Parts: sequence; structure tokens; C-alpha cells
Amino acid sequence: MKQNTLKLSKPVNLTRRKVTNSVMISLCVIAGVITILPLLYIFFYTTKSGISSLNPDFFTQLPKPVGETGGGMANAITGSLILIGIGGLIGIPVGVLSGIYISEYSGNITSTVVKFITDILSGVPSIVIGIFAYGIIVLPMQRFSALAGGFALGILMIPTVTKVTEEMLRLIPQSLREASLALGVSRWKTTLRIVLTTASSGIVTGILLATARAAGETAPLLFTSFGNSFWQTNIDEPMAALPLQIFAYAISPYEDWHRQAWAGAFVLIFLVFTVNLLVRYVTRKKY
Amino acid sequence: MFIDSSESRDRFGFGFIFSSEWDPVKEEFGALPFIYGTILSSIIALIISLPVSIGVAVFLSEIVHKSVKTPVSFLIEILAAIPSIIYGFWGIYVLAPFMRTTVQPMLQSVFGFLPFFKGQMFGTGLLTASVILAIMITPIISSITRDILNAIPVSQREAAYALGATKWEAIKMALLNARSGILGGSVLGLGRAIGETMAVTMVIGNKAQIKASLFEPAYSMASVIANEFAEASGSMHISSLIEIGLILFGVTFVINSLARLLIYSVTRNAS
Repeated sequence: MKQNTLKLSKPVNLTRRKVTNSVMISLCVIAGVITILPLLYIFFYTTKSGISSLNPDFFTQLPKPVGETGGGMANAITGSLILIGIGGLIGIPVGVLSGIYISEYSGNITSTVVKFITDILSGVPSIVIGIFAYGIIVLPMQRFSALAGGFALGILMIPTVTKVTEEMLRLIPQSLREASLALGVSRWKTTLRIVLTTASSGIVTGILLATARAAGETAPLLFTSFGNSFWQTNIDEPMAALPLQIFAYAISPYEDWHRQAWAGAFVLIFLVFTVNLLVRYVTRKKY
Repeated sequence: MFIDSSESRDRFGFGFIFSSEWDPVKEEFGALPFIYGTILSSIIALIISLPVSIGVAVFLSEIVHKSVKTPVSFLIEILAAIPSIIYGFWGIYVLAPFMRTTVQPMLQSVFGFLPFFKGQMFGTGLLTASVILAIMITPIISSITRDILNAIPVSQREAAYALGATKWEAIKMALLNARSGILGGSVLGLGRAIGETMAVTMVIGNKAQIKASLFEPAYSMASVIANEFAEASGSMHISSLIEIGLILFGVTFVINSLARLLIYSVTRNAS
């Protein structure tokens, strides 16, 4: 049988061991550096290209046809906000409730199954969720709509919200629940009034995180919300979204549109960065 | 999805997976080039990403002081949160030209005798997609590896030091013990790479073909859905795309379940 022991029969070459040691340690440091490099590159490149074309028009104007300078993405930004709103209406309640279920009513087979399904759901490619929304909403309605896009985003938000809710609730000391139960408060009321209230700031950061992620999702919107180059706020109709607009502009051959796309990309990165900083700040204060 | 793909399943049967014909005009559909592009780009991405991820995890959990660790882990978290559309955008305008002018000629001059590195250099193609994917899955694999390294008791490393081991030898010991967890993390990263859509669509070249050269444009399952779904020409076309989605879902489902089981088994033993 092969065993994992030091081979003492062979004379151990100390110099070689020391050299291996320093080589491997430096390789690890290099790995750290080359992981950070693309991030800094993407970040600074986007900022550099984005900030120069970012102006008030970007937030207030509609897209202009090719050849005309100026124009903005006002409709796409509004569209994104509406889509995220619909997504939040679906994703946040379902996510928080299943998080509560997994954390507070754990131990039985159903909660393990729910946990496993949430984990699997978080690994389902977003485009597959897009197809799902297409089959459930677009096909019966016979047209692309913001409703279908929001539905897809909502499903995408569920696993993140569930996971964070579960983790935050687990951090609440057991004694707090016991104290409440000992005072004769019923279980659901304990969960609602004591546990959930105490964990609320953590849950809110989780929701923010999920929202930021949903805001950048493109793939599931391609054939649900579809995109639109006009001002449109009816959720029954195709609607523009910031990432969709970036995609359409990025693969176009026009220099002017690229600049707009970079500005959009900058807005997205800025959103992601701010939300993550905020989450860091809130969670560090507590733990 | 199973129901919606019935039309193409009835017509092509299992041949769908093995046929490399994709012609919407003649309504001939086969998924092989997409499956090939997806699997190959993801595996190459994993090969690039795995050593780097393990290096980063070791760097963060074993080597650096806390004052470096916190900002670096934060940056890596951000890397995981950047929308994939931005990776794709950056991929087209920064990475692809860099690959065409620098990386690909270099690879060709060194390994030019291999069929993988022959042929025209376009910049966009299978290899570029793999590099983008590698950048995207590194944060996932490294954060899981780091968690698992942290779960290994410190006493074990202290024991190794007490026996006179160098730092690397102690780390190697910890890595050996963490191997099934690292495997779980890499499988999870693989699942993410397989399902990744936008970034891949923008740099893979979008051509349904199977070529030995990694410089050639290819296609992936997720990209073909993204590109053709909204403007598919007929019900057979839609149905075939949905079937591709179904295959994609099946593959990622199996891969993710496997990864979760591996990670569960490791963390349960540790705690």
C-alpha cells in the first residue's frame, strides 16, 4: 500500500528543497498578480473609454440613428429599472421565504431538497432560464414582453437571495430564538419579528447583490424582453435594457455606438463596484 | 423545454447530437459543432484557470498578511461580479487584438508543428473564448479552494513544520488533503464555463465547424441560442435550438450536482 510519508531512506537534499520552496511560493504570488491584472485592466479601460462619452444626454436622450451624433440610453436605463423591478417582485419574496425555510425549519428532508435545488438553480446557465421564460410567457402571449424578461431575471435572483438569507439567519444566535419562544411567542411570529428583523440589514445587502447581478444579465433578455429603440413603458411590449443595448452597440461597426456602449459598460461596472463596496462595509461592521 | 423541443427530437432522434450539419435554410440541424465548441473551450479554460486559481488560493490563505488579503479577496470578488457582457466587450476590443498580434504568433512559432496551433490567426476564435472563460471562472475556483484550505486544521500544518518541512511542503500536504474539494470547485467552474453565453458569443467567432486548430472560429451551445433564437426562421429551427438548450441544461445539471456533492462531502467532514 502506498503511504503518504517522508522518505527517510533517501538522503534529503536541503538546497533542492529550499529552491523548490521559493520557486513554488513565488509562483503562487505570480498567480495572485495575474488574476488581479485583468480586473484592473478591464476596470481602467472601461472607465477611460466610458467616462469620456458619459454626459447628461446619455441619461436623458433616446438613441439616435446611425450617423447622428449624440443621443443616449434613457429608454434602456428606464427599461432596466422596470425589468429589475418585476424581477425583484418575483425573486425577492421567493428567495427570502425559501431562505427562511432552509434556515429555520431545517433538519427535514424537504429543506435539504430545497437547499439542493437552490444550489442547482444557481448553476443553471442564464440562457437556459431565458428559454424557460420564453416557453412559459412569450409563446402563450405570442410576443416578446418586458414581463417575460422580468420573470427570467426574477428566477435568476432567487438562488442568490435564498443563499444570503439563509447565511444571515444562521448567524443569529440560537438563544435569541429560544428567549422569544420561552416568552410564549409563537414560532412564525418569532421568525418574523425577532429573527428576520435582526438579520434585515444582511438580507438587504444580499438583495442588493442579487439586483446588481440581475442588472448586468444579458443572455436571458435576448429573446424575452428583446430590446426596443423607442420610449416604451408598457410591460406588455418589448422593452430595451441597458445590457441589451450595450450588446447591440458593441457588435455594431460604428465608432459612435461603441463609445455609447462603453459609457453603458461603465455605468454597469460602477453599479457592481458600488454595491459590492457597500456590502463589504455593512458586513464588516457586524462580524 | 422537453415538450417544446419535441418537433426536432421526433425528426432527428439521437442523430441530433452526432450530426454536424447546421443549415436553417434546408432545415437540417445537428448539434455536434456546438457541443464540441462548448466542451473544448470550457476544458481549455479549466486547464488555464486551475493552476492559477490554486496559486491564488494558496497565496491568499497561506502566504500573505491580512492587510493584503482583504483588498485582494475583495478585488477577486468583484471580478466574479462583473457582468459577462463587459467581459465580452473587453474581449473583442482588447483581448482579441492582443491575441492576434502577440499570443497567437508566439504560440505558432513555438508549437507550430502541432495541428492545434496551425492556420490563420483571426484574434477571435476558440482559444480567445477559452482565455476569457478562464478569467471568468478563476474567482469561482479560487474562492472555493480558499474556503477548503481554511477548513483544514492549522495543527496539521504545524505538525508538518515541526517535522522540519519547508513552507511549500506544508502547503503541499494541505493541498493533497483538500484535493476532492478542489476537484469540486473546478467542476463547478467548468459548469459555469459551459453555460456562459455573452462573453463567449462575442469572441468565439460564431462559425459552426469542427477544426483541429484552436485559432479557428467555433461556436458554442449557449452562443447559438443567443444568436439565432430571436430570429429563428421556422418552428423546426426554434425546436432545435430549444433541444440544444435542453442538452445544455442536462449537462450543467449533472456537472453541478456532481460538484455540490463533492463539496458537501468535504465540508461536512471538516466541520
